[in-house]
Amino acid sequence: MQIDIDEISKLFGATAALHPVSLALPSGALVALLGPSGSGKTTLLRILGGLEFPDTGRVLFDGQDATGLTVQERRAGFVFQSYALFRHMTVFENIAYGLRARGRQRPAEAEITRRVTRLLELIQLPDIGKRYPTQLSGGQRQRVALARALAIEPRMLLLDEPFGALDAKVRKELRQGLRDIHDTTGLTTVFVTHDQDEAMELADLVVVMSMGRIEQIGRPQDIRARPASDFVRSFISA
Amino acid sequence: MSDTVISHVTSEPRPVRAALIGFAVLAMALLVGAPLITVFAEALTDGLPVALESLSHPEAVDAIRLTLIVAAVSVPLNAIFGIAAAWTITKFQFKGKALLLTLIDIPFSVSPVVAGLCIVLTFGANSAFGGWLVANGFPVVFALPGIILASMFVTFPFVAREIIPVMIEQGRSEEEAALTLGASGWRVFFTVTLPNIRWALLYGVLLCNARAMGEFGAVAVVSGKIRGLTATMPISIEMLYNEYQSVAAFSMAAVLALLALVTLALKTLLEWRYASQLAANRRH
Ligand SMILES: Nc1ncnc2c1ncn2[C@@H]1O[C@H](COP(=O)(O)OP(=O)(O)OP(=O)(O)O)[C@@H](O)[C@H]1O
Ligand SMILES: [Mg+2]
Repeated sequence: MQIDIDEISKLFGATAALHPVSLALPSGALVALLGPSGSGKTTLLRILGGLEFPDTGRVLFDGQDATGLTVQERRAGFVFQSYALFRHMTVFENIAYGLRARGRQRPAEAEITRRVTRLLELIQLPDIGKRYPTQLSGGQRQRVALARALAIEPRMLLLDEPFGALDAKVRKELRQGLRDIHDTTGLTTVFVTHDQDEAMELADLVVVMSMGRIEQIGRPQDIRARPASDFVRSFISA
Repeated sequence: MSDTVISHVTSEPRPVRAALIGFAVLAMALLVGAPLITVFAEALTDGLPVALESLSHPEAVDAIRLTLIVAAVSVPLNAIFGIAAAWTITKFQFKGKALLLTLIDIPFSVSPVVAGLCIVLTFGANSAFGGWLVANGFPVVFALPGIILASMFVTFPFVAREIIPVMIEQGRSEEEAALTLGASGWRVFFTVTLPNIRWALLYGVLLCNARAMGEFGAVAVVSGKIRGLTATMPISIEMLYNEYQSVAAFSMAAVLALLALVTLALKTLLEWRYASQLAANRRH
Protein backbone atom coordinates (compact mmCIF):
# COMPACT_ATOMS: atom_id res chain seq x y z
CA MET A 1 0.00 0.00 0.00
CA GLN A 2 1.23 3.44 -0.96
CA ILE A 3 1.55 5.85 1.99
CA ASP A 4 1.61 9.63 1.56
CA ILE A 5 2.41 12.04 4.35
CA ASP A 6 1.25 15.52 3.47
CA GLU A 7 2.50 18.49 5.51
CA ILE A 8 2.20 16.72 8.86
CA SER A 9 3.17 18.67 11.97
CA LYS A 10 2.96 17.87 15.66
CA LEU A 11 3.54 19.92 18.79
CA PHE A 12 3.98 18.52 22.28
CA GLY A 13 3.36 21.52 24.49
CA ALA A 14 6.01 23.96 23.34
CA THR A 15 8.29 21.43 21.59
CA ALA A 16 7.75 20.88 17.91
CA ALA A 17 8.24 17.13 17.46
CA LEU A 18 7.51 17.50 13.74
CA HIS A 19 7.65 20.64 11.61
CA PRO A 20 5.47 20.19 8.57
CA VAL A 21 6.93 17.16 6.82
CA SER A 22 5.89 15.53 3.54
CA LEU A 23 6.86 12.13 2.31
CA ALA A 24 5.74 9.56 -0.27
CA LEU A 25 6.36 5.89 0.45
CA PRO A 26 5.86 3.64 -2.57
CA SER A 27 3.82 0.46 -2.19
CA GLY A 28 5.90 -2.50 -1.01
CA ALA A 29 8.95 -0.46 -0.06
CA LEU A 30 11.13 -1.17 2.96
CA VAL A 31 11.72 2.28 4.43
CA ALA A 32 14.07 3.36 7.22
CA LEU A 33 13.41 6.47 9.33
CA LEU A 34 16.93 7.39 10.35
CA GLY A 35 17.97 10.14 12.73
CA PRO A 36 19.41 11.00 16.12
CA SER A 37 17.48 10.82 19.37
CA GLY A 38 14.61 13.31 19.57
CA SER A 39 14.44 13.90 15.80
CA GLY A 40 10.76 12.88 15.64
CA LYS A 41 11.03 9.37 14.20
CA THR A 42 8.79 7.71 16.73
CA THR A 43 6.28 10.53 16.53
CA LEU A 44 6.00 10.12 12.76
CA LEU A 45 5.63 6.36 13.07
CA ARG A 46 2.94 6.69 15.73
CA ILE A 47 1.05 9.15 13.56
CA LEU A 48 1.10 6.60 10.73
CA GLY A 49 -0.20 3.92 13.08
CA GLY A 50 -2.96 6.13 14.49
CA LEU A 51 -1.52 6.20 18.02
CA GLU A 52 -0.90 9.93 17.76
CA PHE A 53 -2.80 12.52 15.78
CA PRO A 54 -1.13 15.33 13.83
CA ASP A 55 -1.89 19.00 14.50
CA THR A 56 -1.92 19.77 10.79
CA GLY A 57 -1.62 17.83 7.56
CA ARG A 58 -2.97 14.59 6.17
CA VAL A 59 -2.04 10.93 5.92
CA LEU A 60 -3.11 9.16 2.72
CA PHE A 61 -3.30 5.40 2.25
CA ASP A 62 -3.45 4.48 -1.46
CA GLY A 63 -4.55 8.04 -2.17
CA GLN A 64 -7.45 7.88 0.33
CA ASP A 65 -7.45 10.31 3.25
CA ALA A 66 -6.72 8.23 6.35
CA THR A 67 -6.02 11.08 8.79
CA GLY A 68 -9.23 10.55 10.74
CA LEU A 69 -9.08 6.74 10.85
CA THR A 70 -8.86 5.30 14.36
CA VAL A 71 -5.94 3.12 15.37
CA GLN A 72 -8.11 0.02 14.95
CA GLU A 73 -9.26 1.08 11.48
CA ARG A 74 -5.69 1.69 10.29
CA ARG A 75 -4.85 -2.01 10.51
CA ALA A 76 -1.16 -1.26 10.86
CA GLY A 77 1.05 -4.01 12.22
CA PHE A 78 2.99 -2.18 14.92
CA VAL A 79 6.12 -3.50 16.64
CA PHE A 80 6.97 -1.49 19.74
CA GLN A 81 10.43 -0.57 20.88
CA SER A 82 10.28 -2.78 23.97
CA TYR A 83 7.97 -5.18 22.08
CA ALA A 84 5.07 -4.67 24.54
CA LEU A 85 4.17 -8.35 24.57
CA PHE A 86 1.23 -9.15 26.86
CA ARG A 87 3.09 -10.43 29.89
CA HIS A 88 0.25 -12.49 31.31
CA MET A 89 -0.41 -14.38 28.07
CA THR A 90 1.45 -17.22 26.41
CA VAL A 91 3.18 -16.63 23.09
CA PHE A 92 0.30 -18.41 21.38
CA GLU A 93 -2.28 -16.13 22.99
CA ASN A 94 -0.18 -13.06 22.21
CA ILE A 95 -0.18 -13.91 18.53
CA ALA A 96 -3.85 -14.92 18.56
CA TYR A 97 -4.89 -11.66 20.27
CA GLY A 98 -5.65 -9.70 17.13
CA LEU A 99 -7.67 -12.57 15.65
CA ARG A 100 -9.73 -12.98 18.81
CA ALA A 101 -10.36 -9.22 18.94
CA ARG A 102 -12.24 -9.28 15.68
CA GLY A 103 -15.65 -9.71 17.27
CA ARG A 104 -18.15 -11.17 14.88
CA GLN A 105 -15.61 -11.82 12.13
CA ARG A 106 -13.44 -13.77 14.53
CA PRO A 107 -12.15 -16.97 12.89
CA ALA A 108 -13.02 -20.39 14.30
CA GLU A 109 -10.69 -21.80 16.95
CA ALA A 110 -9.18 -24.34 14.53
CA GLU A 111 -8.44 -21.57 12.06
CA ILE A 112 -6.82 -19.44 14.80
CA THR A 113 -4.60 -22.38 15.78
CA ARG A 114 -3.68 -22.97 12.15
CA ARG A 115 -2.73 -19.34 11.58
CA VAL A 116 -0.75 -18.97 14.80
CA THR A 117 1.14 -22.17 14.02
CA ARG A 118 1.96 -20.88 10.57
CA LEU A 119 3.21 -17.57 11.97
CA LEU A 120 5.38 -19.37 14.54
CA GLU A 121 6.91 -21.28 11.63
CA LEU A 122 7.41 -18.07 9.69
CA ILE A 123 9.47 -16.58 12.54
CA GLN A 124 11.26 -19.93 12.87
CA LEU A 125 10.20 -20.52 16.45
CA PRO A 126 7.67 -23.33 16.04
CA ASP A 127 7.93 -24.72 19.58
CA ILE A 128 7.53 -21.71 21.86
CA GLY A 129 3.73 -21.29 21.76
CA LYS A 130 3.22 -22.33 25.38
CA ARG A 131 5.90 -20.08 26.85
CA TYR A 132 5.42 -16.72 28.50
CA PRO A 133 7.23 -13.58 27.28
CA THR A 134 9.55 -13.56 30.33
CA GLN A 135 10.79 -17.00 29.27
CA LEU A 136 12.08 -15.73 25.92
CA SER A 137 15.34 -14.13 24.85
CA GLY A 138 15.31 -10.59 23.47
CA GLY A 139 15.59 -11.80 19.89
CA GLN A 140 12.77 -14.29 20.38
CA ARG A 141 10.56 -11.58 21.86
CA GLN A 142 11.18 -9.36 18.89
CA ARG A 143 10.17 -12.10 16.49
CA VAL A 144 7.04 -12.91 18.51
CA ALA A 145 6.11 -9.22 18.42
CA LEU A 146 6.53 -9.33 14.65
CA ALA A 147 4.35 -12.44 14.36
CA ARG A 148 1.68 -10.84 16.56
CA ALA A 149 1.64 -7.77 14.29
CA LEU A 150 1.43 -9.94 11.17
CA ALA A 151 -1.47 -11.99 12.54
CA ILE A 152 -3.99 -9.24 11.80
CA GLU A 153 -3.03 -9.32 8.10
CA PRO A 154 -1.96 -5.70 8.33
CA ARG A 155 -1.98 -3.22 5.50
CA MET A 156 1.51 -2.03 6.47
CA LEU A 157 4.20 -2.87 8.98
CA LEU A 158 5.55 -0.22 11.38
CA LEU A 159 8.52 -1.01 13.62
CA ASP A 160 10.02 1.28 16.26
CA GLU A 161 13.73 0.47 16.77
CA PRO A 162 13.08 -3.23 16.18
CA PHE A 163 16.71 -4.11 16.84
CA GLY A 164 17.38 -1.53 19.54
CA ALA A 165 17.53 -3.82 22.55
CA LEU A 166 19.62 -6.61 21.01
CA ASP A 167 23.29 -7.47 20.87
CA ALA A 168 25.28 -7.06 17.66
CA LYS A 169 25.20 -10.69 16.52
CA VAL A 170 21.45 -11.12 16.99
CA ARG A 171 20.87 -7.77 15.26
CA LYS A 172 22.56 -9.02 12.12
CA GLU A 173 20.51 -12.22 12.06
CA LEU A 174 17.24 -10.43 12.66
CA ARG A 175 17.94 -7.81 10.00
CA GLN A 176 17.91 -10.61 7.46
CA GLY A 177 14.79 -11.99 9.14
CA LEU A 178 12.96 -8.70 8.66
CA ARG A 179 14.15 -8.45 5.05
CA ASP A 180 12.82 -11.98 4.38
CA ILE A 181 9.47 -11.30 6.00
CA HIS A 182 9.16 -8.06 4.07
CA ASP A 183 9.93 -9.85 0.83
CA THR A 184 7.47 -12.71 1.47
CA THR A 185 4.58 -10.49 2.58
CA GLY A 186 5.27 -7.61 0.21
CA LEU A 187 3.98 -5.18 2.86
CA THR A 188 4.98 -1.54 2.85
CA THR A 189 7.30 -1.53 5.86
CA VAL A 190 8.61 1.44 7.86
CA PHE A 191 11.19 0.95 10.59
CA VAL A 192 12.81 3.48 12.89
CA THR A 193 16.50 3.36 13.67
CA HIS A 194 19.34 5.61 14.71
CA ASP A 195 21.91 3.16 13.37
CA GLN A 196 22.96 4.32 9.91
CA ASP A 197 24.53 0.93 8.98
CA GLU A 198 21.24 -0.76 9.68
CA ALA A 199 19.30 1.75 7.59
CA MET A 200 21.75 1.64 4.70
CA GLU A 201 22.04 -2.12 4.61
CA LEU A 202 18.40 -3.03 5.01
CA ALA A 203 16.23 -0.33 3.48
CA ASP A 204 15.16 0.40 -0.09
CA LEU A 205 14.51 3.98 0.90
CA VAL A 206 16.11 5.96 3.70
CA VAL A 207 14.51 9.05 5.28
CA VAL A 208 17.06 11.05 7.25
CA MET A 209 15.50 13.18 9.98
CA SER A 210 16.82 15.83 12.33
CA MET A 211 15.00 18.04 14.84
CA GLY A 212 11.55 17.34 13.47
CA ARG A 213 12.53 17.92 9.84
CA ILE A 214 13.32 15.62 6.94
CA GLU A 215 16.87 16.27 5.81
CA GLN A 216 16.97 13.89 2.88
CA ILE A 217 15.00 11.08 1.24
CA GLY A 218 16.70 8.65 -1.08
CA ARG A 219 18.11 5.23 -1.86
CA PRO A 220 21.03 4.27 0.43
CA GLN A 221 23.61 4.53 -2.34
CA ASP A 222 22.34 7.98 -3.40
CA ILE A 223 22.43 9.29 0.14
CA ARG A 224 25.99 8.00 0.51
CA ALA A 225 27.05 9.46 -2.80
CA ARG A 226 25.27 12.82 -2.52
CA PRO A 227 24.42 13.87 1.07
CA ALA A 228 22.03 16.81 0.84
CA SER A 229 23.36 18.69 3.85
CA ASP A 230 26.24 18.89 6.28
CA PHE A 231 24.05 17.21 8.86
CA VAL A 232 23.46 14.18 6.62
CA ARG A 233 27.12 14.02 5.70
CA SER A 234 28.29 13.99 9.31
CA PHE A 235 25.50 11.69 10.47
CA ILE A 236 26.12 8.93 7.91
CA SER A 237 29.86 9.07 8.33
CA ALA A 238 29.58 8.80 12.12
CA MET B 1 18.23 -11.25 48.22
CA SER B 2 17.11 -8.32 50.36
CA ASP B 3 18.40 -10.14 53.45
CA THR B 4 21.94 -10.25 52.17
CA VAL B 5 21.77 -6.62 51.14
CA ILE B 6 20.62 -5.63 54.61
CA SER B 7 23.40 -7.54 56.36
CA HIS B 8 25.91 -5.80 54.14
CA VAL B 9 24.77 -2.27 54.74
CA THR B 10 24.11 -2.50 58.48
CA SER B 11 27.13 -2.31 60.69
CA GLU B 12 25.47 -2.50 64.12
CA PRO B 13 27.13 -5.00 66.41
CA ARG B 14 25.19 -8.11 67.27
CA PRO B 15 23.97 -7.07 70.77
CA VAL B 16 22.56 -3.81 69.42
CA ARG B 17 20.72 -5.66 66.73
CA ALA B 18 19.34 -8.15 69.24
CA ALA B 19 18.18 -5.32 71.48
CA LEU B 20 16.43 -3.56 68.61
CA ILE B 21 14.69 -6.73 67.50
CA GLY B 22 13.74 -7.48 71.09
CA PHE B 23 12.29 -4.00 71.50
CA ALA B 24 10.27 -4.32 68.30
CA VAL B 25 8.88 -7.69 69.37
CA LEU B 26 8.02 -6.35 72.82
CA ALA B 27 6.29 -3.31 71.36
CA MET B 28 4.29 -5.49 68.98
CA ALA B 29 3.30 -7.82 71.81
CA LEU B 30 2.19 -4.95 74.02
CA LEU B 31 0.45 -2.86 71.38
CA VAL B 32 -1.08 -5.53 69.16
CA GLY B 33 -0.84 -8.97 70.71
CA ALA B 34 -2.03 -8.23 74.24
CA PRO B 35 -5.17 -6.25 73.27
CA LEU B 36 -6.11 -8.92 70.73
CA ILE B 37 -5.78 -11.69 73.31
CA THR B 38 -7.71 -9.60 75.83
CA VAL B 39 -10.58 -9.18 73.38
CA PHE B 40 -10.98 -12.91 72.95
CA ALA B 41 -10.41 -13.62 76.64
CA GLU B 42 -13.03 -11.06 77.71
CA ALA B 43 -15.51 -12.38 75.17
CA LEU B 44 -15.12 -15.87 76.58
CA THR B 45 -15.20 -15.00 80.32
CA ASP B 46 -18.61 -16.65 80.73
CA GLY B 47 -17.89 -19.34 78.17
CA LEU B 48 -18.49 -19.72 74.48
CA PRO B 49 -22.28 -20.33 74.69
CA VAL B 50 -22.85 -16.99 76.42
CA ALA B 51 -20.71 -15.19 73.86
CA LEU B 52 -22.62 -16.79 70.99
CA GLU B 53 -25.91 -16.05 72.72
CA SER B 54 -25.02 -12.35 72.86
CA LEU B 55 -24.20 -12.40 69.16
CA SER B 56 -27.55 -13.91 68.23
CA HIS B 57 -29.38 -11.01 69.91
CA PRO B 58 -31.44 -9.24 67.19
CA GLU B 59 -29.58 -5.96 67.60
CA ALA B 60 -26.25 -7.75 67.29
CA VAL B 61 -27.44 -9.52 64.16
CA ASP B 62 -28.61 -6.19 62.74
CA ALA B 63 -25.23 -4.60 63.45
CA ILE B 64 -23.35 -7.45 61.75
CA ARG B 65 -25.70 -7.34 58.77
CA LEU B 66 -25.35 -3.56 58.47
CA THR B 67 -21.57 -3.73 58.54
CA LEU B 68 -21.54 -6.42 55.87
CA ILE B 69 -23.93 -4.38 53.69
CA VAL B 70 -21.80 -1.26 54.07
CA ALA B 71 -18.66 -3.19 53.10
CA ALA B 72 -20.45 -4.96 50.24
CA VAL B 73 -21.53 -1.64 48.74
CA SER B 74 -18.58 0.64 49.49
CA VAL B 75 -15.75 -1.75 48.61
CA PRO B 76 -16.85 -2.53 45.02
CA LEU B 77 -17.69 1.13 44.40
CA ASN B 78 -14.31 2.20 45.72
CA ALA B 79 -12.63 -0.45 43.61
CA ILE B 80 -14.30 1.03 40.53
CA PHE B 81 -13.51 4.64 41.53
CA GLY B 82 -9.96 3.62 42.41
CA ILE B 83 -9.42 2.01 39.03
CA ALA B 84 -10.93 5.00 37.25
CA ALA B 85 -8.75 7.45 39.20
CA ALA B 86 -5.60 5.39 38.68
CA TRP B 87 -6.40 5.05 34.99
CA THR B 88 -6.91 8.79 34.59
CA ILE B 89 -3.73 9.64 36.45
CA THR B 90 -1.46 7.15 34.74
CA LYS B 91 -2.74 7.00 31.17
CA PHE B 92 -3.42 10.65 30.39
CA GLN B 93 -1.42 13.83 30.44
CA PHE B 94 -3.40 16.74 31.83
CA LYS B 95 -3.12 19.83 33.96
CA GLY B 96 -3.97 19.38 37.62
CA LYS B 97 -2.72 15.81 37.82
CA ALA B 98 -0.72 16.57 40.97
CA LEU B 99 -3.83 18.13 42.49
CA LEU B 100 -5.86 15.00 41.75
CA LEU B 101 -3.17 12.85 43.38
CA THR B 102 -3.32 15.04 46.47
CA LEU B 103 -7.12 14.86 46.53
CA ILE B 104 -6.96 11.07 46.53
CA ASP B 105 -4.80 11.22 49.64
CA ILE B 106 -7.03 13.62 51.56
CA PRO B 107 -8.90 10.87 53.42
CA PHE B 108 -5.56 9.74 54.82
CA SER B 109 -4.88 13.12 56.35
CA VAL B 110 -8.34 14.37 57.32
CA SER B 111 -9.72 13.14 60.62
CA PRO B 112 -12.66 10.77 59.99
CA VAL B 113 -14.75 12.77 62.46
CA VAL B 114 -14.26 15.90 60.36
CA ALA B 115 -15.23 13.92 57.26
CA GLY B 116 -18.37 12.76 59.02
CA LEU B 117 -19.22 16.32 60.02
CA CYS B 118 -18.80 17.50 56.42
CA ILE B 119 -21.30 14.87 55.30
CA VAL B 120 -23.75 15.93 58.02
CA LEU B 121 -23.40 19.59 57.03
CA THR B 122 -23.86 18.86 53.33
CA PHE B 123 -26.64 16.28 53.47
CA GLY B 124 -28.20 16.91 56.88
CA ALA B 125 -31.79 18.15 57.24
CA ASN B 126 -30.50 21.64 58.08
CA SER B 127 -28.93 22.17 54.68
CA ALA B 128 -31.02 23.05 51.64
CA PHE B 129 -29.96 19.96 49.71
CA GLY B 130 -30.37 17.68 52.72
CA GLY B 131 -33.79 19.14 53.48
CA TRP B 132 -34.86 18.47 49.91
CA LEU B 133 -33.57 14.88 50.15
CA VAL B 134 -35.47 14.26 53.40
CA ALA B 135 -38.63 15.81 51.96
CA ASN B 136 -38.37 13.44 49.02
CA GLY B 137 -38.03 10.40 51.23
CA PHE B 138 -34.32 9.85 50.77
CA PRO B 139 -32.58 10.78 53.99
CA VAL B 140 -28.82 10.46 53.86
CA VAL B 141 -27.74 11.43 57.35
CA PHE B 142 -28.75 9.06 60.15
CA ALA B 143 -29.45 6.46 57.47
CA LEU B 144 -27.68 3.85 55.38
CA PRO B 145 -26.60 6.18 52.50
CA GLY B 146 -24.72 8.42 54.94
CA ILE B 147 -22.93 5.47 56.52
CA ILE B 148 -21.92 4.20 53.10
CA LEU B 149 -20.75 7.67 52.05
CA ALA B 150 -18.68 8.03 55.21
CA SER B 151 -17.11 4.59 54.79
CA MET B 152 -16.35 5.28 51.15
CA PHE B 153 -14.70 8.57 51.96
CA VAL B 154 -12.45 7.03 54.55
CA THR B 155 -11.46 4.04 52.38
CA PHE B 156 -11.21 5.84 49.06
CA PRO B 157 -7.38 5.93 48.74
CA PHE B 158 -6.72 2.24 49.38
CA VAL B 159 -7.41 0.82 45.93
CA ALA B 160 -6.08 3.78 43.95
CA ARG B 161 -2.89 3.94 46.03
CA GLU B 162 -2.19 0.25 45.43
CA ILE B 163 -2.68 0.25 41.68
CA ILE B 164 -1.26 3.65 40.65
CA PRO B 165 2.40 2.60 41.10
CA VAL B 166 1.74 -0.63 39.19
CA MET B 167 0.11 1.20 36.32
CA ILE B 168 2.88 3.79 36.19
CA GLU B 169 5.53 1.12 36.09
CA GLN B 170 3.79 -0.86 33.36
CA GLY B 171 3.30 2.14 31.10
CA ARG B 172 0.91 2.27 28.18
CA SER B 173 2.61 0.23 25.53
CA GLU B 174 0.76 -3.05 26.09
CA GLU B 175 -2.55 -1.22 25.84
CA GLU B 176 -1.39 0.55 22.69
CA ALA B 177 -0.28 -2.76 21.21
CA ALA B 178 -3.74 -4.18 21.86
CA LEU B 179 -5.34 -1.17 20.17
CA THR B 180 -3.19 -1.57 17.06
CA LEU B 181 -4.30 -5.20 16.95
CA GLY B 182 -7.87 -4.01 16.58
CA ALA B 183 -9.18 -4.34 20.14
CA SER B 184 -11.80 -1.87 21.38
CA GLY B 185 -11.15 0.22 24.48
CA TRP B 186 -13.27 -2.05 26.67
CA ARG B 187 -11.61 -5.15 25.34
CA VAL B 188 -8.20 -3.66 26.06
CA PHE B 189 -9.30 -2.88 29.59
CA PHE B 190 -10.59 -6.34 30.35
CA THR B 191 -7.94 -8.38 28.53
CA VAL B 192 -4.81 -6.31 29.15
CA THR B 193 -5.16 -3.63 31.85
CA LEU B 194 -7.15 -5.59 34.41
CA PRO B 195 -5.07 -8.79 34.28
CA ASN B 196 -1.92 -6.70 34.67
CA ILE B 197 -3.11 -5.00 37.86
CA ARG B 198 -5.02 -7.92 39.33
CA TRP B 199 -2.81 -8.62 42.36
CA ALA B 200 -2.43 -5.02 43.35
CA LEU B 201 -6.18 -4.58 42.91
CA LEU B 202 -6.99 -7.57 45.09
CA TYR B 203 -4.55 -6.33 47.69
CA GLY B 204 -6.11 -2.87 47.68
CA VAL B 205 -9.61 -4.34 47.91
CA LEU B 206 -8.64 -6.42 50.96
CA LEU B 207 -7.20 -3.40 52.77
CA CYS B 208 -10.21 -1.31 51.77
CA ASN B 209 -12.55 -4.00 53.08
CA ALA B 210 -10.76 -4.29 56.42
CA ARG B 211 -10.97 -0.57 56.94
CA ALA B 212 -14.58 -0.27 55.73
CA MET B 213 -15.74 -2.82 58.28
CA GLY B 214 -13.78 -1.26 61.10
CA GLU B 215 -14.45 2.44 60.53
CA PHE B 216 -15.74 4.19 63.64
CA GLY B 217 -15.20 7.95 63.69
CA ALA B 218 -16.89 9.07 60.49
CA VAL B 219 -19.71 6.57 60.85
CA ALA B 220 -20.30 7.57 64.46
CA VAL B 221 -21.00 11.14 63.37
CA VAL B 222 -23.31 10.41 60.41
CA SER B 223 -25.15 7.38 61.74
CA GLY B 224 -26.85 8.91 64.76
CA LYS B 225 -26.20 5.55 66.46
CA ILE B 226 -29.76 4.30 66.17
CA ARG B 227 -29.77 0.84 67.67
CA GLY B 228 -30.75 -1.92 65.27
CA LEU B 229 -30.97 0.61 62.44
CA THR B 230 -27.76 2.59 61.90
CA ALA B 231 -25.44 0.98 64.43
CA THR B 232 -22.60 -0.83 62.66
CA MET B 233 -20.43 -3.32 64.49
CA PRO B 234 -17.87 -0.78 65.76
CA ILE B 235 -20.68 1.52 66.91
CA SER B 236 -22.54 -1.27 68.72
CA ILE B 237 -19.32 -2.33 70.41
CA GLU B 238 -18.90 1.14 71.81
CA MET B 239 -22.53 1.36 72.92
CA LEU B 240 -22.51 -2.07 74.56
CA TYR B 241 -19.26 -1.29 76.30
CA ASN B 242 -20.58 2.00 77.65
CA GLU B 243 -23.57 0.07 79.05
CA TYR B 244 -21.25 -2.32 80.88
CA GLN B 245 -22.37 -5.25 78.72
CA SER B 246 -18.81 -6.35 78.52
CA VAL B 247 -19.34 -9.92 77.26
CA ALA B 248 -21.60 -8.71 74.45
CA ALA B 249 -19.21 -5.88 73.58
CA PHE B 250 -16.18 -8.12 73.49
CA SER B 251 -17.95 -10.90 71.61
CA MET B 252 -18.82 -8.48 68.86
CA ALA B 253 -15.29 -7.08 69.01
CA ALA B 254 -13.94 -10.61 68.67
CA VAL B 255 -16.03 -11.15 65.54
CA LEU B 256 -14.73 -7.90 64.06
CA ALA B 257 -11.17 -8.85 64.96
CA LEU B 258 -11.70 -12.26 63.39
CA LEU B 259 -12.89 -10.64 60.16
CA ALA B 260 -9.77 -8.48 60.17
CA LEU B 261 -7.58 -11.49 60.89
CA VAL B 262 -9.13 -13.39 57.98
CA THR B 263 -8.36 -10.40 55.75
CA LEU B 264 -4.78 -10.32 57.01
CA ALA B 265 -4.40 -14.04 56.47
CA LEU B 266 -5.67 -13.69 52.91
CA LYS B 267 -3.26 -10.82 52.30
CA THR B 268 -0.32 -12.82 53.70
CA LEU B 269 -1.32 -15.82 51.62
CA LEU B 270 -1.36 -13.64 48.51
CA GLU B 271 1.99 -12.09 49.37
CA TRP B 272 3.51 -15.50 49.90
CA ARG B 273 1.96 -17.09 46.85
CA TYR B 274 2.71 -14.22 44.45
CA ALA B 275 5.76 -12.78 46.15
CA SER B 276 7.68 -12.16 42.97
CA GLN B 277 4.85 -10.44 41.12
CA LEU B 278 3.99 -8.23 44.06
CA ALA B 279 7.62 -7.34 44.60
CA ALA B 280 7.92 -6.34 40.98
CA ASN B 281 4.74 -4.30 41.25
CA ARG B 282 5.10 -2.52 44.56
CA ARG B 283 7.15 0.57 45.10
CA HIS B 284 6.02 1.89 48.45
N1 LIG C 1 4.28 12.29 24.55
C1 LIG C 1 5.16 13.30 24.45
N2 LIG C 1 5.05 14.38 25.23
C2 LIG C 1 5.90 15.41 25.14
N3 LIG C 1 6.93 15.46 24.28
C3 LIG C 1 7.11 14.42 23.48
C4 LIG C 1 6.24 13.28 23.51
N4 LIG C 1 6.67 12.39 22.59
C5 LIG C 1 7.75 12.95 22.01
N5 LIG C 1 8.02 14.17 22.53
C6 LIG C 1 9.11 15.07 22.11
O1 LIG C 1 9.09 15.15 20.71
C7 LIG C 1 10.40 15.09 20.18
C8 LIG C 1 10.52 13.95 19.20
O2 LIG C 1 10.37 12.74 19.90
P1 LIG C 1 10.43 11.32 19.23
O3 LIG C 1 10.08 10.31 20.29
O4 LIG C 1 9.58 11.30 18.02
O5 LIG C 1 11.96 11.18 18.85
P2 LIG C 1 12.76 9.94 18.27
O6 LIG C 1 13.36 10.40 17.01
O7 LIG C 1 11.91 8.74 18.23
O8 LIG C 1 13.90 9.77 19.35
P3 LIG C 1 14.55 8.42 19.96
O9 LIG C 1 15.57 7.97 18.96
O10 LIG C 1 15.22 8.92 21.22
O11 LIG C 1 13.46 7.45 20.20
C9 LIG C 1 11.33 14.99 21.36
O12 LIG C 1 11.82 16.27 21.63
C10 LIG C 1 10.46 14.51 22.47
O13 LIG C 1 10.90 15.00 23.70
MG1 LIG D 1 11.88 6.89 19.31
